[in-house]
Amino acid sequence: MSDSNPIDYSAVPDARGHFGPYGGRFVSETLMDALDELERVYRKLSADPEFQAEFDRDLAHYVGRPSPLYFAEHLTDKVGGAKIYLKREDLNHTGAHKVNNTIGQALLAKFMGKPRVIAETGAGQHGVATATVAARLGLKCQVYMGAEDVRRQALNVYRMKLLGAEVIPVTSGSRTLKDAMNEAMRDWVTNIDDTFYIIGTVAGPHPYPELVRDFQCVIGREARQQCLEQAGRLPDALVACVGGGSNAIGLFHPFLNDESVRMYGVEAGGLGIETGEHAAPLSAGKPGVLHGNRTYLMSDEAGQIIETHSVSAGLDYPGVGPEHSWLKDIGRVDYVDATDDEALHAFRELTRVEGIMPALESSHAVAYGMKLAARMSPDQIVVINLSGRGDKDIHTVAGIDGISI
Amino acid sequence: MSRIEARFSALQAAGRKALIPYITAGDPNPAVTLPLMHDLVAAGADVIELGIPFSDPMADGPVIQLAMERALEHHVSLSQVLEMVRQFRSRDNETPVVLMGYLNPIEKMGYEQFAKSAAEAGVDGVLTVDLPPEEATDVVPLFKARGLDTIFLLAPTTTAERARLICEQASGYVYYVSLKGVTGSSALNVTDVAEKLDMLRTVTDLPIGVGFGIRDGESAAAVAGVADGVVVGSVLVNQIAANADNPDKAREAIAAIVADMRSSMDR
Repeated sequence: MSDSNPIDYSAVPDARGHFGPYGGRFVSETLMDALDELERVYRKLSADPEFQAEFDRDLAHYVGRPSPLYFAEHLTDKVGGAKIYLKREDLNHTGAHKVNNTIGQALLAKFMGKPRVIAETGAGQHGVATATVAARLGLKCQVYMGAEDVRRQALNVYRMKLLGAEVIPVTSGSRTLKDAMNEAMRDWVTNIDDTFYIIGTVAGPHPYPELVRDFQCVIGREARQQCLEQAGRLPDALVACVGGGSNAIGLFHPFLNDESVRMYGVEAGGLGIETGEHAAPLSAGKPGVLHGNRTYLMSDEAGQIIETHSVSAGLDYPGVGPEHSWLKDIGRVDYVDATDDEALHAFRELTRVEGIMPALESSHAVAYGMKLAARMSPDQIVVINLSGRGDKDIHTVAGIDGISI
Repeated sequence: MSRIEARFSALQAAGRKALIPYITAGDPNPAVTLPLMHDLVAAGADVIELGIPFSDPMADGPVIQLAMERALEHHVSLSQVLEMVRQFRSRDNETPVVLMGYLNPIEKMGYEQFAKSAAEAGVDGVLTVDLPPEEATDVVPLFKARGLDTIFLLAPTTTAERARLICEQASGYVYYVSLKGVTGSSALNVTDVAEKLDMLRTVTDLPIGVGFGIRDGESAAAVAGVADGVVVGSVLVNQIAANADNPDKAREAIAAIVADMRSSMDR
């Protein structure tokens, strides 16, 4: 980036939802009017102090914000490099950053008078966060979840049921997150009059990538202020995992104008990028169109979407939010990967050294963050977004250890 | 005059409505598609909509989803679909063929390359479900330059203002989706459709085809009473699913349904 020609990050997306060549609104005609309406309502409410006050109140008293910025002294000692700070989104109500967004979108649903919400979910965190806010606001809630993920994340499936949501297993395609999103879109197009679709990440048709980002930016705004207060200066690097990329955008976006702050988005390297068994479209994919937006995708030569692999269900997605595609192309954020093994190692390391059990998704960020910190100096600071807690993954980790619980 | 335009003018002159069957290319295997296309014409089809298989057909119900999965088991690609159209043209130079599908396979081939290859193969129109007019401003001129019509969808949720925007870019015909839902949804309401078509006709002179929810001769005839064309898909594709081991039987069943719709519409 050249100093003489600074990029205006607040100017994206444009009026039609484009982040450079990415984003946009690629959906069937039936949905266009609903997206126009959502955009109108969002523009109005995001400028409405009352709406913002209600959102902030809920974040403070229901979610428990601000989440701490924790100096992980023991992990720092173990790694022997830059100081590692953890942004503790795992301490939010429901155990992950997802709730920041579902609170916001459920408020939109309420203002729009929609009695029913639907959502797609991979690991189940977004599904739980949606079911939670739906329970609180008395909204009918149905959550689409790939049949394979229903199996992998039985605990979250039951949590959603307890919260009063109906979980609908999706058996089409690869039976994971992308298929759940297809099915949610089909539901929405059929029930458009009474239904609000709460998308869980910064992807989908405009205005979703923008409004989900705006709701998640509370992460970065807090982290920036907390780092200034605790360390007296800005961090040198930010690290976050990227599936769809909502926790990463939430952390990165408020720092985009801080040129000294490097940013690293960590994709799921699966069994290794070279094996093709991964979920890393920014590292190994090409631009294409899926789920309402143009973005980096994993697709074959004929344009068919490729099945992905990751140990973490929440990163098992062949696309990524369009703003990440743009940030990659302009070089503002570096996109890297961590393999299943590296993530599992980081999961164990953080659990043993700090007594904090990260979600397998977040473990990818921890894995890369440790690697990065090791090659930096002790007077530097790395902030890792600990986007969720690991309770939901205990069965998976135990299974890998050959233990059945 | 394009094949689509010629076909609709001839129909209008004869006081008839267009019957537009949809099949997915390569379903249940690539060898069936070409003879099936000729069957459709023999049974009374005026335009053929040929589906491009895609791994993630978001706007389709289970019937078409499964058709695409069957085709993708044989790795049927966009290039192969174009080859099928080229072969169809060696025997039939009259019946318009419209490719229907999703954007990513076309984007992957490249718009320029696709437009050139499709025109050379004898394709007449392209309908990409996930390409609304706002995103199509670069694509439509490329298609037009090669003589390809861009067919757009209109929906019950489409406002008059949007309809104008869509019809400015559309050519050939427009496709009115009769109900809120995916392909293969339950029956449509002809009164609602007629009301919406009255509004659309104040916006465009293009022929209007109506699809979604048409399942037999009766519903086809009812829609033909208010629209310029009748699009039928899931009920035909269902015959392939029901006769998965016996494509010849599926072809016969499909031809019988199309012929029945034809005679009901012409009655």
